[in-house]
Amino acid sequence: MSKVLMKGNEAIGEAAIRAGCVHFFGYPITPQSEVPEYLSKRLPEVGGKYIQAESEVAASNMIYGAAGVGIRVLTTSSSPGISLMAEGLSYIAACSLPVVLVNIMRAGPGLGGILPAQGDYFQAVKGTGHGDFQLVVLAPSSVQEAVNLVILAFELAEKYLTPVMVIGDGMIGQMMEPVEFPREGVGDPLDPGDWALTGARGRDKRIVNSLHLDPEYCHKINVDLKTKYNRISENEQRWELYNCDQPYDLLVCAFGMMSRICKTAIDELGAEGYRIGLFRPVTVWPFPYAACEQAMQKAKRVLVLEMNMGQMVEDVQIAGHGIREIDFFGTAGGKVFSPDEAKEKMLYSLKQAGVVKSKPVKKTAAKKKSTKRKRAKGRKSR
Amino acid sequence: MKKIFASTKGLVDMPTHYCPGCTHGVIHRIVAESIEELGLRERAVGIAPVGCAVLAYEYFNCDMFEASHGRAPAVATGAKRSRPDLILFTYQGDGDLASIGTAEIIHAANRGEKITVIFVNNAVYGMTGGQMAPTTMPGQYTTTTPYGRDVKDIGFPIRIAEILASLTTPGFIARVSLHSPAETIRAKQIIKQAFAYQAAGTCFTFVECLSTCPTNWGLSPREAEKWLEEKMIPYYPLGVKKRPEDGQEEQHGAS
Repeated sequence: MSKVLMKGNEAIGEAAIRAGCVHFFGYPITPQSEVPEYLSKRLPEVGGKYIQAESEVAASNMIYGAAGVGIRVLTTSSSPGISLMAEGLSYIAACSLPVVLVNIMRAGPGLGGILPAQGDYFQAVKGTGHGDFQLVVLAPSSVQEAVNLVILAFELAEKYLTPVMVIGDGMIGQMMEPVEFPREGVGDPLDPGDWALTGARGRDKRIVNSLHLDPEYCHKINVDLKTKYNRISENEQRWELYNCDQPYDLLVCAFGMMSRICKTAIDELGAEGYRIGLFRPVTVWPFPYAACEQAMQKAKRVLVLEMNMGQMVEDVQIAGHGIREIDFFGTAGGKVFSPDEAKEKMLYSLKQAGVVKSKPVKKTAAKKKSTKRKRAKGRKSR
Repeated sequence: MKKIFASTKGLVDMPTHYCPGCTHGVIHRIVAESIEELGLRERAVGIAPVGCAVLAYEYFNCDMFEASHGRAPAVATGAKRSRPDLILFTYQGDGDLASIGTAEIIHAANRGEKITVIFVNNAVYGMTGGQMAPTTMPGQYTTTTPYGRDVKDIGFPIRIAEILASLTTPGFIARVSLHSPAETIRAKQIIKQAFAYQAAGTCFTFVECLSTCPTNWGLSPREAEKWLEEKMIPYYPLGVKKRPEDGQEEQHGAS
């Protein structure tokens, strides 16, 4: 299948169609408006339905309605809009319905700004809405990965009957990159199973509900959800290690676009003889704690870089449970670290670790080749 | 012996939690009868609100959603647009629809969603214990208007049926009352007409039902019926406010 050059937001919309999602309910907000724009044109072409909601509150309840009748459904938004969707998401999680939502994060808090940021990490992985529920959260670092993860998000949502969120910083939504879609055409529709409200024809009525006034039963619902989340946590952790198959002094932890900037910085410092590895969680929930700890053990020190004031760093601290010193540097408001700034932070941490300069590593031919490919990708994103 | 009456299959045979003298039970019955008589029960999906009817999903004998406060028309939109063959109805009170859910109801009506909205207006928040609703009458005492509703302070009651009837999008918009047997029979005809329009894919359909709340009004059921007739109907006039064929010229001009 050939590659096409696409803007991230449009590729996300197309990925949903390829996954068999032809129903979209959403509301325009920068920097994700190209998703509803793209789908308002494409969905009628594939027999689907696009509806522009009156608000994100309404959109989140429309996807609750669509998922409740057993239809694969997508919504997308950006930070302030996700806050408004928190209501619907809590109901969707409580009712164990499969939906996919995408947050193309912008700078906050409040109206903040429309430039890229990662300030909604906590909101996505720790506290999206009221009550004891959890989203599965996937964090792409390229337009291609956004496509792959949107498709994976539908698979996970339907496998576990739970809402799945893809979080990309504004850059993922706005930049153009070559992408390849894993399949042609529109995916098969969702099998509504024995839970969807399809009309009580020849069967007993079904109820989609999250009101449980009996404390024993409400407790049971919470325990059942927790059991499901434990199962997801056991089976679905995904992460990437970069430059970690050789000894390294410093482990850098970053997610999303920040990780690509870090890769460039790591390569450039590598050429100067510094040995630095990167740990990038792809599932930020479930966070790959064990894999992160393992990667930390091989390093003298750990550095976390984020486009926020320090959010994922708390998960890295949990993973490390004190085995290594952890430095954190953050940037927010739409300001993005340049590779040079990332290098500066890495040199600081190396110095703290007592590493002046590592010996240049002799790379094998095969390793060189794979690094080169990744480096080329990283450079394009600048 | 000839069978002359049977309870509707549209309701589950169980006691409800509604207070004595409340008209919710009657509205449930005429909605369920309408659905059954039109042969729509096996295609029907109802949406219960937050409010007195929060447990309506137990009582209606068809597939049911429970929605968050005020959002039933958005949930209905998502469901109906995804499966147009289903018959979607929301069952909402005045706090749910006329206060927290105003955006959802106006835009569902304006998009012309092919759903049926049953709006129960009893001029008070029932479930939470008798607080002021947007539909509370001027001077009416509630637990949050202990001096009576002061229209200079918080405005006049909202006439939702008239607001929705003002939209250019075609719709079937009516107000009925449950205070007497005659009006209840009329209410049933209107509600059945609304479902018939939905089944034919004609338009958005909305029936506001003036309803009594003896408990929170502090009146006996009979006094409550009288209060509704004397105080509410003059402010909330009954009748069909809009038919799908109304305003064709305006729609033409808009296109």
